[in-house]
Amino acid sequence: MHPLLQRIQQTFTVGVAGLAEWRGDAAVTVTRDKLHEVAQFLRNDPGMDFDYIVHVSSVDWPDDEERFEVVWEFYSIRKRHRIRLKTRVPESDCVVDSLTDLWKGADFMEREVFDMMGIRFRNHPDLRRILMPDDYTEGYPLRKDFPLRGKGWRDTFDFLDEVPR
Amino acid sequence: MAFEDQRTTVYKIDPEHPESESLPTLRTEELLLNLGPQHPSTHGVLKVILELEGERLVKSTPVMGYLHRGVEKLAEDGTYHQFIPHTDRLDYVCAMYNNFAYCRAVEKLLNLQVPERAEYLRTIVAEVQRIIGHQFWLGAQALDIGAMTVFFYCFRDREILLDWFNELCGARLTTSWYRIGGVERDLTPSLIDKLKQFLDYFLPKIDEYQVFLEKNRIWLGRTKGVAVISAEDAVNFGLSGPVLRGSGVDYDLRKYEPYSAYPKCEFSVPVGKNGDTYDRYWIRVMELYESVKIIRQCLDQMQEGPVMADVPSVTLPPKERVFTNLESMIQQFKLFSQGFDAPPGEIYCGTEAHKGELGFYIVSTGGGKPYRLKIRAPSFIHMGAFDHMARGYMISDACTIFGSYDIVMGECDR
Repeated sequence: MHPLLQRIQQTFTVGVAGLAEWRGDAAVTVTRDKLHEVAQFLRNDPGMDFDYIVHVSSVDWPDDEERFEVVWEFYSIRKRHRIRLKTRVPESDCVVDSLTDLWKGADFMEREVFDMMGIRFRNHPDLRRILMPDDYTEGYPLRKDFPLRGKGWRDTFDFLDEVPR
Repeated sequence: MAFEDQRTTVYKIDPEHPESESLPTLRTEELLLNLGPQHPSTHGVLKVILELEGERLVKSTPVMGYLHRGVEKLAEDGTYHQFIPHTDRLDYVCAMYNNFAYCRAVEKLLNLQVPERAEYLRTIVAEVQRIIGHQFWLGAQALDIGAMTVFFYCFRDREILLDWFNELCGARLTTSWYRIGGVERDLTPSLIDKLKQFLDYFLPKIDEYQVFLEKNRIWLGRTKGVAVISAEDAVNFGLSGPVLRGSGVDYDLRKYEPYSAYPKCEFSVPVGKNGDTYDRYWIRVMELYESVKIIRQCLDQMQEGPVMADVPSVTLPPKERVFTNLESMIQQFKLFSQGFDAPPGEIYCGTEAHKGELGFYIVSTGGGKPYRLKIRAPSFIHMGAFDHMARGYMISDACTIFGSYDIVMGECDR
């Protein structure tokens, strides 16, 4: 097993829901309540030392009980290793801890996840839409139940007749 | 007179004056100013709401999304091959590097080996693209700051390379030359000659660009000590590329996680000290020299060989066979319309584009289409640090700061 994953498994007896390694990428899935604690460990532990945030992303699994998956990816500039941190969020209680207090770069990235997938981040300093307009009320575009062609008032447009020449 | 606005302050002109009570009062308040969305220096359509105290920036709030086209949603609807032209439209100034980053990510997902000659070709073209990107940046940044001549010099030389791209793949900007498993076609002898000629012509030109700037009082005044970000903050904000290296952090994926033909080339990564706009400029100019060095080494080391991996279930057949052979045509048609069967799993693959780390996070559940494709766009992440970097500087520095990120809104808003 990947030495980083081994270390995490030894440190956290509860809260780690899954460890995976595929194509050289190490990924750890944690329960939602332990997320901030594990993230703090990744950031501050000298053996981990993940000082660089790569991206924050989200995946929608409509058939699962806990529908959304939030994904953070970290890199350590000094140790030169990377890890993926994942957690699952149910649709009924779509809130997860924000990691902006540990990585300032998470601010815009988490706003994008909120904008695109509708996942709320607890303790985020400025949780607003970022790419879609502020007054956009038609839902969250990257959810799987959002149609590719969009929805809302554009659907009600009539087709114009061809203008006779 | 009472002012309702909390931020309003009323000053006595001179409180020490014996007749202070009867003197008139002065009122100051913060001013909100919209920069953009239509502004020549915003490199696209970007609005920044600036809170000003006099001419100083107190707080700035970027408003983005004017160029949002839902590329990540579109990716879920098409096959892996069909997404390549979409990547051209992310950072439309440097399409080749987007193709490269995407193809590398898919190859990592498929665990596909690319033939050696294709790796060299990819490195050569990527470095040519880096030269174009830095020329474009230098010209546009100098223009934003007020030096017009550099713009003409940079764009004159950029045209030569765009014409070279045109001969290579038939398009100047939206190239789509990279393919999953290799590249679309080999370099012809005429293209190699032209590239060698260009490199000889280009080296003295880099010095020429610098003549205009390195001793230019206005340029130095407007870049030195402007928008300083410490190494610690730059790392914490997730900045990458020349912006991060300008703060003295030696982080370059070409060295850290070597890919393609980079490990076979000798080159150095310039690293700045002060973290100001000047250092970011200096790094980009030094990278032009390094790119020339890398291209020359690749041209020397490159051996004859195939330019596309031979995995018929994934990679496209050669064009000659498609036009002459029915089976190859069916294979090409099926690969584009239905795609190949990707293994279920998820990967992240980052590539050092000239702006910074351009990464693709792909989740696959099997089948021909990505289940989820997330683009880590450096421009977007750099904008996250804008407020932090702009505080305390002047309005005119705002354009310098997002100029120094080499921001392109097509990539920022996706």
